[in-house]
Amino acid sequence: MRLSQPHILSINDLTKKDVLTILQTAESFKEISERLIKKVPTLRGKTVVNCFFEDSTRTRISFEIAEKRLSADTVNISKSGSAMAKGENLLDTMRNIEAMKPDIVVIRHSISGAPAMIAEAVESHVINAGDGMHEHPTQALLDLMTIREVKGRIQGLTVGIVGDILHSRVARSDMLLFKKMGINVVIGGPKTLMPIGVQDFGVTVCPDIRDAIPSLDVLMLLRIQRERAEENLFPNLREYSRYFGVNSEMLENARDDMTIMHPGPVNRGIEISPEVADGPRSVILNQVTNGVAVRMALLYLLIGEGSEEK
Amino acid sequence: MKPLFIKNGRVIDPAKKIDGVMNVIVLDGKISAVTAAKNVPQDADVIDAKGMIVAPGFIDLHSHLREPGEEYKEDIESGSRAAAAGGFTTVCCMANTSPVNDCASVTEYILNRARVCASVNVLPVGAITKGLKGENLADIGDLACAGAVAISDDGKPVMNALIMRRAMEYASTFNLPVISHSEDLNLRGRGVMNEGAASTELGLRGIPSASEETMIARDILLCGLTGSRLHVAHVSTAGGVEMVREAKKLKLPVTCEVTPHHLTLTEQAVHGYDPNTKVNPPLRSENDRRELIAGLADGTIDAIATDHAPHDITEKEVGFEGSAFGMVGFETALPLVLKLVHDKKITMKRAIEALTARPAAILNLKKKGTLAIGADADIVIFAPNEAVTVRAQAFKSKSRNTPFDGWRLLGKVHYTIVCGQVVFRA
Repeated sequence: MRLSQPHILSINDLTKKDVLTILQTAESFKEISERLIKKVPTLRGKTVVNCFFEDSTRTRISFEIAEKRLSADTVNISKSGSAMAKGENLLDTMRNIEAMKPDIVVIRHSISGAPAMIAEAVESHVINAGDGMHEHPTQALLDLMTIREVKGRIQGLTVGIVGDILHSRVARSDMLLFKKMGINVVIGGPKTLMPIGVQDFGVTVCPDIRDAIPSLDVLMLLRIQRERAEENLFPNLREYSRYFGVNSEMLENARDDMTIMHPGPVNRGIEISPEVADGPRSVILNQVTNGVAVRMALLYLLIGEGSEEK
Repeated sequence: MKPLFIKNGRVIDPAKKIDGVMNVIVLDGKISAVTAAKNVPQDADVIDAKGMIVAPGFIDLHSHLREPGEEYKEDIESGSRAAAAGGFTTVCCMANTSPVNDCASVTEYILNRARVCASVNVLPVGAITKGLKGENLADIGDLACAGAVAISDDGKPVMNALIMRRAMEYASTFNLPVISHSEDLNLRGRGVMNEGAASTELGLRGIPSASEETMIARDILLCGLTGSRLHVAHVSTAGGVEMVREAKKLKLPVTCEVTPHHLTLTEQAVHGYDPNTKVNPPLRSENDRRELIAGLADGTIDAIATDHAPHDITEKEVGFEGSAFGMVGFETALPLVLKLVHDKKITMKRAIEALTARPAAILNLKKKGTLAIGADADIVIFAPNEAVTVRAQAFKSKSRNTPFDGWRLLGKVHYTIVCGQVVFRA
């Protein structure tokens, strides 16, 4: 096996060596997407089922493109178009899909732990494409790939993550992955959005990110969902944007080479101002490009030729 | 501005552990020296404070100035003059004005009015929730930036524990303490006085101690959960004091205050149905009063705050049950507190600390509540043993709702000085 795990469920399952293997493979696959004919026969004859039981644009398309560039056969199902809309439960749906002998199932689900539960029940490889408030490991891997690409290194960097840490699966996977790989992580935002016990992830909590900005190599903003104000996590979006949103004035003390990242979707004018999102520091679209490469790498490492060898 | 030389007074500044006959020199609105040396600065105004105590000006964490919206009861001008007459140099005003102080523009209005007409420093307390409705967070970040020093839905406690939790977390992001008027409104029901033998005898609906204690317990638990600063307003029950004592042993960031009237009166004062004895929290039992004094003496209760709550006579002359809750407090606070000192229940140092250094620390005011060199020259000079008779008709406040009218007490304010300027002189 090329990876220590048959599934990609949580960053916690990956070894440091796994992570480096994934990054290296992704970097070599990136070139395929630059070719005139963006297709290689690597996964010819393999079947991948993309089960997106929760809305997604970026991740769903990224997986599908990655699969197609490797010549896998792909099938997509969503909650509304599946038998789950008729009342079939998740495990039954997955067992039925399993009976059609896919090689990989990619799962996005609003329930934390759903991909892990499915991995227990099926023979296929399972990739977690985001589960509830738990994890989004492929996003974290593409974030790390982007950081390494921009900075040329990983170890010893300092990354700030600002926003709704409480509800963010991206933040959880990022914190776990970055700490695993020797990156210092500072998180910020209103205390209502800082989960209790987050210090145990080994991160530093800094409510006013302005204090931390001069020390950051990377600043990652997270999307603020509009409904959070109704949940009294902050008074209104205007206040959020005024005190926690990032604009160019806030970045005056930042290092010249500080990079801005955002996992998307971006709420312009709320957590990030347009001039920062589109500015020279931003690598937001590089993240999306690298997403395809990381997902190609994971598919290849799980089911590509030689992957079953011990 | 001419220098000020305050000579021969007994200077007591608990923050700097000063207690002795000394002279205080004020230059440019700041404390310049506290010294035994007698050389008077050139051109200085001189105040002879012989036989009197010179202390940092009092800081009141809890008052209602009624402006904007209820200026017929009090306004910033009259309320701050009453505060100055009571020896207070800084007062916090609660958010239950009309409109409610739940956004930056109301805080700015109060501060602008204070700049124009206030005798003392006025520090606005913002609301926790919009309109004090307990449903949606007020603009807490904007309030902090506009100059609010704390947030509170005083009088309309936040009954929803989740919203209280969110408020504590969000406010702590801006380093604002949350002041809790801890009261379970369902348990209070239509109560008007302490629930006990006296309420039964008088035929008045009771407010049980548990209505305060359950909410203090809840708020302390939320403080433990969130690590956010909690200040419990006007503790009135023995059980409340005990819970704060335990919370402090656990090193939780909890502080609390007590009013002079809860330290002085009990439910027995309600006999005769004087509506001026109707306050919230209500005057409690003698045992509660004893425990409040003990809590003040041992430091469990950090601060003394008046809960100055002016009401027009028309809101008080409608029978006990129909009357508004509240009494005025600025102009009677000092002699009532000194009664405890004269009765040897608390020391003079503790009394002054609870009116100066502790409230300053709760609000994180670095330049106030002390006579340290460089501090704002906010000073009170009072004669602790001079007899006074409370005359409600002579109050600077617009309102007269006090149960202490005609009381003979000891302790008279002679000078109140704010930023080096005499704002009250007896």
